[in-house]
Amino acid sequence: MRLVNRKPGRMAALSLGALPFVLLLIAYLVASGLRLAENPDDKLMPSFASIGAAIHQVAFTENPRSGEIVLWSDTWASLKRLGIALGASALIGLCLGILIGIVPYLRAALAPFITALSMIPPLAILPILFIVFGLDELSKVMLIVIGIAPFIVRDIALRVGELPAEQLIKAQTLGAGSWPLMLRVVLPQMWPRLIDALRLSLGAAWLFLIAAEAIASTDGLGYRIFLVRRYLSMDIILPYVVWITLLAFCMDYALRLLSRRLFPWAEAGARR
Amino acid sequence: MNIISVRKLWKTYGEQVVLENLNLEVKEHEFVTIVGASGCGKTTFLRMLLGQEAPSRGEFLLDGRPLPNEPGPDRGIVFQRYSVFPHLTVLENVMLGLELDGRSPSARLLGRAFGSRRREARERARAMLVEVGLDAARDKYPSMLSGGMQQRLSIAQSVICNPRILLLDEPFGALDPGISSDMHRLILRLWERHRMTIFMITHDLREGFELGTRLLVFDKTRLDAQAPDAFGATITYDIPLNVKGNRLLQELDAATARTERFREEVELA
Ligand SMILES: Nc1ncnc2c1ncn2[C@@H]1O[C@H](COP(=O)(O)OP(=O)(O)OP(=O)(O)O)[C@@H](O)[C@H]1O
Ligand SMILES: [Mg+2]
Repeated sequence: MRLVNRKPGRMAALSLGALPFVLLLIAYLVASGLRLAENPDDKLMPSFASIGAAIHQVAFTENPRSGEIVLWSDTWASLKRLGIALGASALIGLCLGILIGIVPYLRAALAPFITALSMIPPLAILPILFIVFGLDELSKVMLIVIGIAPFIVRDIALRVGELPAEQLIKAQTLGAGSWPLMLRVVLPQMWPRLIDALRLSLGAAWLFLIAAEAIASTDGLGYRIFLVRRYLSMDIILPYVVWITLLAFCMDYALRLLSRRLFPWAEAGARR
Repeated sequence: MNIISVRKLWKTYGEQVVLENLNLEVKEHEFVTIVGASGCGKTTFLRMLLGQEAPSRGEFLLDGRPLPNEPGPDRGIVFQRYSVFPHLTVLENVMLGLELDGRSPSARLLGRAFGSRRREARERARAMLVEVGLDAARDKYPSMLSGGMQQRLSIAQSVICNPRILLLDEPFGALDPGISSDMHRLILRLWERHRMTIFMITHDLREGFELGTRLLVFDKTRLDAQAPDAFGATITYDIPLNVKGNRLLQELDAATARTERFREEVELA
């Protein structure tokens, strides 16, 4: 049988998927053990025991001064920023993307502008954002929105362009004006595309979030990582990184599940 | 008055002449089938009827007035594929035209119908689904339907809007012959019941003869081997199908004569 036609069973797929993680873990354990045997004070690759102690400290112990648990308040602060920014970007992306994709005059007027906008490296204008929007929440949310909204707009506009001309003409022969055409034919078909675009921009969104928090913030996951960096606290940084990765992974998974549940019609034809 | 009048129609794309000097009169409730070689401009002709393309020269009249330059609810279309909406169930696909039918504010604002109008739309859509034999599949999405069912759905979707003209572009081209004969019966029944004028492109000559009241053959009358795009196609045969015997022979002679005359005309020009 050809390699491209051989498929792993369910158990085999699960264990194959786990394999790289296990290998990475083993590699870390070995390397960390070797380094610690040479120098017990080494901070670069802490043992699992010290990482466990640090996790206990940040995730399960109340801070005596504020009465808060550091990890949870950081997570909450970060997720709030991320959620608002993703929501705003999705809304902008959907509305502008559909309009640009279907109204030739708007496409002529806006498509080059959006394309240029999406080429600006968002981090380069971070100082401007801080000056314009101040150092609090708004500028961080704006950084993420500026970072990912143009991408979503362009992606949705492209997807609208991919709708078969036959469909749009058919709708017009059924009496649809421009507005009902967008509302009943284009918009519903763009929901699953929007979710895909959001999933693809999650990585960038986290990047901009951490960057903004690292530079100007008093809480959040990025803030914490860059705070403890000064003390070389790998025992806190590593769990934070794993936690961020896990959060991002879960968001991606939840979006995929949502898309499947809500839009069963979109699933047919996809190879996986 | 004739519903469609085409006079000295030319269609060119840049240097390429697709249709040349086309003349045609079609009366209400005719069933016109169109055959011709691939690429000779049949779909282009249909797209002009739809209002999607403008004639380069000549007149294309609907009820004696120039065709609107965009698609509208008086002219329904069934394409070879891609003309049902994947995100709507079968029933919703058929209801769409009734919901969009736009004098009510809710249709113009939201493209939807509510309350009694919605119930009525649902009833009519159900009746139409029974008529095309899709009632059992009414809650399925189009991707779960076979090709033939999708085409029936697309036909139902158009017919429910009561178009005066129905355009069919190789609607059964992708279906196997067994299914097409069912489809033929269906389309003839709908044509009788809803009193539409039908233009249907087909690759299957037999289908063209079987269904139409009139068969048009599109072909080039002149060929230049050095410049294949220099000359366009036109209607070379216009065969009435509801006449038999001697009348048919006379009609065929007349058609040939018309073609000859036209050829001379073009060569003179
Ligand atoms: N938008 C366009 N721009 C330029 N050329 C076009 C355009 N649309 C059609 N043509 C040309 O016009 C000619 C006729 O095309 P058309 O689609 O009408 O053929 P057809 O008779 O429907 O063929 P088929 O039977 O294969 O569907 C083709 O040579 C095609 O290349
Ligand atoms: Mg064609």
